[in-house]
Amino acid sequence: MTMTDNRQNTVIGTRQLRREDPALLTGEAKFTNDLNLPGALHLSILRSPHAHAKIVSINTAAAKSSPGVVAVYTGAELQSQWAGPMPCAWPVTADMKNPPHFPLAANKVCYVGDGVVAVLATSESASRDALDLIEVQYTVLKAVVDVEEALSDANIIHEDLGTNKSYTWNLKIEATEGCVEEAFQNAAFKVSERYVQQRLLPMAMEPRAVAAVPQPFGGDITLYSSTQIPHILKVMAALTLGIPEQQVRVIAPSVGGGFGSKLDVYAEELLCMALARKHGLPVRWVEERSENSMATIHGRGQVQYVELAADKGGKLTAVRVRIKADMGAYLQLVTPGVPILGAFLYAGVYDIPHAYDFSCDGIFTTLTPTDAYRGAGRPEATYAIESAMDALAREMNIDPLELRKRNFIQKEQFPYLAFSGLTYDSGDHLQAAEKAAGLADYVGIRAQQAKQNVPGAKKRLGIGMSSYFEMCGLAPSRVLASLNYGAGGWEAATVRVLPTCKVQVVTGTSPHGQGHETSWAMIASEKLGIPQEDIDVLHSDTAISPLGLDTYGSRSLPVGGVAIAGACDKVIDKARLIAAHQLECSADDLEFAGGVFSVKGSPDRAVPMAAIAFAAFTAHNLPDGLEPNLEAQYTYDPPNFSWPFGTHMCVLEVDTETGQIEILKYVAVDDCGVQINPLIVEGQVHGGVIQGLAQALFEEAVYDTDGNLKTTTLAEYLVPAASDVPSITTAHTVTPSPTNQLGVKGIGEAGTIGAASTVINAVVDALSGVGVTYMPMPASPQNVWRAIQSAAKAM
Amino acid sequence: MVDITVSITVNGTSQEKDVEPRTLLVHFLRDQLQLTGTNIGCDTSSCGACTVHLNGEAVKSCTVLAVQADGGTVTTIEGLSKDGVMHPMQQAFMENHGLQCGYCTPGMVMASIGLLNENPNPTEEEVRLGLEGNLCRCTGYHNIVKSVLAAAKK
Repeated sequence: MTMTDNRQNTVIGTRQLRREDPALLTGEAKFTNDLNLPGALHLSILRSPHAHAKIVSINTAAAKSSPGVVAVYTGAELQSQWAGPMPCAWPVTADMKNPPHFPLAANKVCYVGDGVVAVLATSESASRDALDLIEVQYTVLKAVVDVEEALSDANIIHEDLGTNKSYTWNLKIEATEGCVEEAFQNAAFKVSERYVQQRLLPMAMEPRAVAAVPQPFGGDITLYSSTQIPHILKVMAALTLGIPEQQVRVIAPSVGGGFGSKLDVYAEELLCMALARKHGLPVRWVEERSENSMATIHGRGQVQYVELAADKGGKLTAVRVRIKADMGAYLQLVTPGVPILGAFLYAGVYDIPHAYDFSCDGIFTTLTPTDAYRGAGRPEATYAIESAMDALAREMNIDPLELRKRNFIQKEQFPYLAFSGLTYDSGDHLQAAEKAAGLADYVGIRAQQAKQNVPGAKKRLGIGMSSYFEMCGLAPSRVLASLNYGAGGWEAATVRVLPTCKVQVVTGTSPHGQGHETSWAMIASEKLGIPQEDIDVLHSDTAISPLGLDTYGSRSLPVGGVAIAGACDKVIDKARLIAAHQLECSADDLEFAGGVFSVKGSPDRAVPMAAIAFAAFTAHNLPDGLEPNLEAQYTYDPPNFSWPFGTHMCVLEVDTETGQIEILKYVAVDDCGVQINPLIVEGQVHGGVIQGLAQALFEEAVYDTDGNLKTTTLAEYLVPAASDVPSITTAHTVTPSPTNQLGVKGIGEAGTIGAASTVINAVVDALSGVGVTYMPMPASPQNVWRAIQSAAKAM
Repeated sequence: MVDITVSITVNGTSQEKDVEPRTLLVHFLRDQLQLTGTNIGCDTSSCGACTVHLNGEAVKSCTVLAVQADGGTVTTIEGLSKDGVMHPMQQAFMENHGLQCGYCTPGMVMASIGLLNENPNPTEEEVRLGLEGNLCRCTGYHNIVKSVLAAAKK
């Protein structure tokens, strides 16, 4: 590791084992569906078997008399329960079209999996059995499956909107209007590429689960949900159900992975709450995997048109991007904003001062709604620019690493004011790329390739790379306002020193596998000089942690972690006043280190935090006017996004006869600034890389022309197993963020952002000698074989 | 259908319960014995989150009917620790960061113990092949493989 700053950390930066693990390893941890709720009713949902159909009639009589069934409701019968439609919090343009979306469809269904009838029964099996007894008559309408065909408006999904287009969002730099066109006219080299980001199923291992527990005589309701966003969910559920917000408590128990798919307000959460209130009993629901495939959001789903212009030396002069983004049937919580999160990154890590033109159409189809999935817009953007850079290198017949080096924003240029008005706070792309090239033996592989990839070679060697910039740490609230996002981007923390000098850290982040309890305790321990084992971290319950904006977009550390450091600073400031009072000196004369305040120059005149904590509790002898107790709340609104970056490289062999790909080496060099816990950082990179690699090689939500999802189970949707994937070589550079006191940037999505283009670039590199210049994802043996055959025909 | 009485020794305790004939072993464990450490992640026996040991062998408890386990011995994740000390495989997962969200973990640990029972000194490739019936979405398997190899050396 290259440390470029002079922090004197003793806890931060060490490989601490996770405190979360014992409960998860022994079965003690409770996920939502593990909760024991005596008397609870079970909700099951009859879902549409059609992608697009009018509901003609529903007969629930037989289901109502089925054993164990308590009640059966159609969408029309529940319509009075909703104060408003389900929320979309990101109206990206003023004229964005957003069809009303209710927990159950009342008149027509718009995707396979759209909820139609709710059954409540005394057991899970009884509620599921009753679904078979419901008769629904539909008039089937034509499915709209292809996002580009949808734009023709030949079959309009939401008639009241009059179009299948939700919005067009442009990022044009007015001051330099015309310069993009000029750059393309004057370009020595141009590439024009079309890429398809196939739909993906997030497939968190824990299917979603919900339990709503009413207190019929108190008016309060508690919602347990397998969610990433208990705080946002509380606000949205209160508004949608018309319940006063203070009466709603949301708890996310142990949550088994999210990847964005649990960053949403879902029909089942609202149904459980409404029905629990109606019946005065707990109501629970658990998703089957096939329901998860159809009724939990999908990721990606974009067609990208990318054009690059370059001068004769290969220096990029302009980028033009047109996106057709598949919204699915409805706009979920942040659906329309996902491509916008990528809009700023199509210039990647390259120095393109202003000639940038981006436009995105958000388009409805009769498929499951899309929304944020690990990386959300940024893996798509990185894929496009990094694949197009390889295309440009082929066009120019120069080495792709060399082309990148000619275009990197140089270390000395940071902070770098980008064309978009955003400032990239720090970076050293050349260092990351060179480190990756060394670890992957780039030069050696190129030499071996020259020997191996001879005409007629059965197994061809390829090396691919991706240099990425991530825009994370969502986000400065004012910047979010300029993007029409419906919330701020701050995070809250409370640090409470108890009378015995034990500490409670309360965070508004909501972990689901990221190890926040371990990392947040490390931050507080470093700041306060109190041992980690004396620090507890409380989270994911809106009654315990009332303020927060939850966990997504690699924001938890660069926003939530920094908030904890800020709260610790406030605690130390207060403790300093008490220490000065006890030591009868000026607060300015004190220094604080290792949990002890001492008088500068007189280290024997000292008072430890433990004595101050107890003094603050007894309040017998505090400075005049100082409040008792040692507790501080701090809300951090970041001044900038954070900008992790890195270079990934992949070496692989393609069997030209079978289309089989074998990965020989995967190198990930990531720079997330200062690392709190390198063990956790590496784990995030490993998982992220495999998730991106899975998009490149294995995964695709496959629909037929009638809009039926053909990959609803884990037998058909190919989440890779251990035997399908390689080990990862991880390495790091450390370029601290200058915009926050910890120097941190975030690492949750980096692996996914870098991986897909790295792998596909390696596949195309291996096959470029046989004429392959484009490889659709996933590069399954079938797709690889077809690409080789069609290239052979064209040659 | 008439309920059937089964007698199954679970984590060393004999359990006699009435079950519907269609009850899967995983539902018996979770719903009737409140042993919720065994998780359900799919409906097609693809994910392995529900792996337990039945008569000493790792099985996916969603593919076994409770009545098939009648008279048998079952060990779940809750039965691995002895006197408050985790099983060496559980320790190895902790020491090597072999878990993140933890949902696949009970099944992954039970499958890994089963793997080492059959092959006490596996290669990396053998570990990867041996665990191909257990899916994880968080770790990319890197540290799971490392954990199992570390446990084999204990």
